[in-house]
Amino acid sequence: MSTEAHNHTADHHDDHGHHHKDTFITKYIFSIDHKMISKQYLITGLFMGIIGIAMSILFRLQLAWPDKQFTVYEIFLGKWGADGIMDPNVYLALVTIHGTIMVFFVLTAGLSGTFSNLLIPLQIGARDMASGFLNMVSYWLFFLSSVIMIMSLFVEAGPAAAGWTIYPPLSALPQAMPGSGAGMTLWLVSMAIFIASSLLGSLNYIVTVINLRTKGMSMTRLPLTIWAFFVTAIIGVVSFPVLFSAALMLIMDRSFGTSFFLSDIYIAGEVLHNQGGSPVLFEHLFWFLGHPEVYIVLLPALGITSEIIATNSRKPIFGYRAMVASILAIAFLSTIVWGHHMFVSGMNPFLGSVFTFTTLLIAIPSAVKAFNYITTLWKGNLQLNPAMLFSIGLVSTFISGGLTGIILGDSALDINVHDTYFVVAHFHLVMGISALYGLFAGVYHWFPRMFGRMMNKNLGYIHFWVTVIGAYGIFFPMHFIGMAGLPRRYYTNTAFPYFDDLANINVVITIFAIITAAVQLVFLYNFIASIFYGKKAPQNPWKSNTLEWTAPVKHIHGNWPGAIPHVYRWSYDYSKLNKAGDDYVIAGQDYVPQNIPLQDNEEEMSH
Amino acid sequence: MTGFLIIAVLVLFAVAVWQMKGIFQLSQIKKGDDSQVANDKDNRFNGKLMLWFLVFFYVFLIYGFWEWTRVLLPEAASEHGKDIDLLMLISMVIIMFVLVITQFLLHYFAFKYHGKKDQKAVFFADNDKLEFIWTIIPVIVLAALIIYGLFTWTDIMNVTEDEDTLVVELYAKQFTWEARYSGEDNTLGEANVRFVEGINTIGIDASDPNSMDDVVTRELRLPVGRKVLFKMRSQDVLHSAYMPHFRAQMNTVPGMITQFAFTPTITTAEMRQNPEIIAKVENINQLRNDKNVELAARGEETLDPYEFDYLLLCNKICGASHYNMQMNIIVVSQEEFDTWMAEQTTFGETLNP
Ligand code: HEM
Ligand SMILES: [Cu+2]
Ligand SMILES: [Cu+2]
Repeated sequence: MSTEAHNHTADHHDDHGHHHKDTFITKYIFSIDHKMISKQYLITGLFMGIIGIAMSILFRLQLAWPDKQFTVYEIFLGKWGADGIMDPNVYLALVTIHGTIMVFFVLTAGLSGTFSNLLIPLQIGARDMASGFLNMVSYWLFFLSSVIMIMSLFVEAGPAAAGWTIYPPLSALPQAMPGSGAGMTLWLVSMAIFIASSLLGSLNYIVTVINLRTKGMSMTRLPLTIWAFFVTAIIGVVSFPVLFSAALMLIMDRSFGTSFFLSDIYIAGEVLHNQGGSPVLFEHLFWFLGHPEVYIVLLPALGITSEIIATNSRKPIFGYRAMVASILAIAFLSTIVWGHHMFVSGMNPFLGSVFTFTTLLIAIPSAVKAFNYITTLWKGNLQLNPAMLFSIGLVSTFISGGLTGIILGDSALDINVHDTYFVVAHFHLVMGISALYGLFAGVYHWFPRMFGRMMNKNLGYIHFWVTVIGAYGIFFPMHFIGMAGLPRRYYTNTAFPYFDDLANINVVITIFAIITAAVQLVFLYNFIASIFYGKKAPQNPWKSNTLEWTAPVKHIHGNWPGAIPHVYRWSYDYSKLNKAGDDYVIAGQDYVPQNIPLQDNEEEMSH
Repeated sequence: MTGFLIIAVLVLFAVAVWQMKGIFQLSQIKKGDDSQVANDKDNRFNGKLMLWFLVFFYVFLIYGFWEWTRVLLPEAASEHGKDIDLLMLISMVIIMFVLVITQFLLHYFAFKYHGKKDQKAVFFADNDKLEFIWTIIPVIVLAALIIYGLFTWTDIMNVTEDEDTLVVELYAKQFTWEARYSGEDNTLGEANVRFVEGINTIGIDASDPNSMDDVVTRELRLPVGRKVLFKMRSQDVLHSAYMPHFRAQMNTVPGMITQFAFTPTITTAEMRQNPEIIAKVENINQLRNDKNVELAARGEETLDPYEFDYLLLCNKICGASHYNMQMNIIVVSQEEFDTWMAEQTTFGETLNP
């Protein structure tokens, strides 16, 4: 595949001056240009995000005021919200689809799809992805899977409701819950297509990074964004196929009478024929993807923040090599920690010990990354643009959420908090909110590159400050209700008078959730309005070193009108002084873009 | 108190909206710089807000610990639970320590080094010594936690059965729990869902002599101070037997027998006298009374007063009524347990009344 890819781009090398006669269809819809595909990913991702967040508001309302009636239920849920009372099955469906959408559609496709597509070619100095065609197919498969996922919401018996982890037998047996009928079938089909899309995308990213770097762009000169996207793609290629096979086996169990995950079941008054399967096997397969998935979501966000923090601190990222090493270490370790989701699943306790060990190991590179970010700020000249604020916010939630991982990763402690709200608090902070901040940071930072205009910074500030307070307001109290023993995925807690004193805290959480969701509208307005009316962007608004800012503001096919720029240095020469130490390397300019050759008055670094 | 917090939040929100207006006006009056890139004023403003955010963060942290620790679980009612609680405390202290310091550094630096026109950033790309230090410190701390954690875990999970162990089967199905005691012979009879029929709700094999003296109940009564070994089964989907007061949890898996063992140390009667529980129950009844006033006004049924009991909850999503799949656990003295047990009908007796 890679030779073919080479030829394709080789064409472009030769005839970069020309202009395709683009029709509307080839330019905006079936585009093979990575910049357009990246916008398609972003907009689809944001759209799915609106649905996912709206769902969370619905079920938060239910949790805060379980005995009140809300007409919004009736409006959005129809027969499942009749008279303003939410049906318990639809509560589970909302939670399930919320989780699925946020993890896969928003933060995997929306985040990694958008920025890998936009930045890989632009930052490594390539005319496009290795295969523009596969890239297009990848996006349209993603689109198709989104459509199917949304369609599943309208199935007669309701969408999938077995949790985003879809553990069988619950997900395998329509007798167990209505959502496990046609809803679950569509969920599985949608995810299978999603995985195909993700694999095509990832292979393309990997090949592109390996083969199409411009002259001088050695691996050690790659911006950390590219390292992150590259390694993310590798993790995806390694782990998504396992989920695919799990989904396939589940489909067979559901429809063709196999017994991979089913055994000894008596349900709805009859004994099923299935014998010898194991639900624990499914858990292993699911989490073999599921845990790396956390990093598939997180690493691109960390890559994005590395770039943004360095640029806006006007300082090199601290410990570049350590950052790359931690990305690699995290990637490797992330494939051997999945068992920490299964300490009390009934698997052998000895395995639990092994997974505790590997899990706490992964805390080390994560800690190194956090410290390196903080040190990058130290003695910087921080330009507090919205993107920078969200990056700092990411470091904050990454630390807060990561620290509680030390508790969950410790098998002995996990016994009592497993599947409680403590877990919900943990993963939202460390993965959900952190990655979301990474997404926002990326959008604010590269909006000028994507749309040729600037976003309004003041709206950005409002968006940021209300969101950071709101996000902690939502998820910090959840630690307490979790440690009080409150299980997650409960439709209401009123069946246990013991939990009555948690009701107030649930109200606090929901109020923060509503405020936080509302302020996302400010972002949405800013995003849409800026596309059309934003101030025209200069070529390099953030005075950044990476190659994407050397391309003209107006998008052209092939990215650079003339020759592709060559690279002579790493991307972090911010505030580098000349040999004499009396001025910057380029007098009066505190940054040296990667395409500027080594100057006479500067010392060469080992990078 | 929570009402106060809600008001505070709403006020904050109102302030934020009002601020928003201010910012809009500012941006309209000063047409000078509309580059949409942060200038010195933005840097100063947001740098200050970083400090204020830090204050918010700490205040929220303190408020949380002050106000919400009272809802947490009371002292562990099992032997191994004490070890878990201690490990939890140690981990929490370490976590809080690291959290407070790192958040301070992060936000303080963001404030201190906010951009100014003539400020020069320091080109500081590497420092092997620093990086070594903050790699090795987590390594040591985590190693200590891992070793401690693994010893605790192995202790808990290595179930050794002896003469005195009480063997109890926990049986899960949508959406109830049943318990089966092994009877005089202290051996559970064979069972499989294929035997489920009529009164034999949990599929005991009637042809196994061991099963005749087994006792099936809808509540879980345990003698204090004696090790209980739970053998768990499920007949339909995954469930999880979660007994938070005993720091115990294990999934129930169809087609498989899972197990968990612990020794209860505090009887239900004693736990009801625990000051934390007394306060908690009082608070809960207060809340229920307040609600009853409302309910009565609307002519609806009022809530019963609440009395503390240990709980067994389902903690693995299992369907529509997952939220209400529960069973009370009652820990009593050995004598009370024996008297109660003598009153129960054995499986043999239910089959041939
Ligand atoms: C306004 C923001 C959000 C709120 C208020 C929110 C709230 C919640 C709550 C309360 C639950 C747990 C429900 C339960 O277990 O009963 C939940 C589940 C979940 N959320 Fe969010 N969430 C938000 C954003 C996100 C984001 C950004 C992600 C991205 C990773 C995310 C991913 C998930 C996942 C994976 C689940 C688990 C679903 C399941 O249990 O099957 N959420 N959310
Ligand atoms: Cu994990
Ligand atoms: Cu259950």
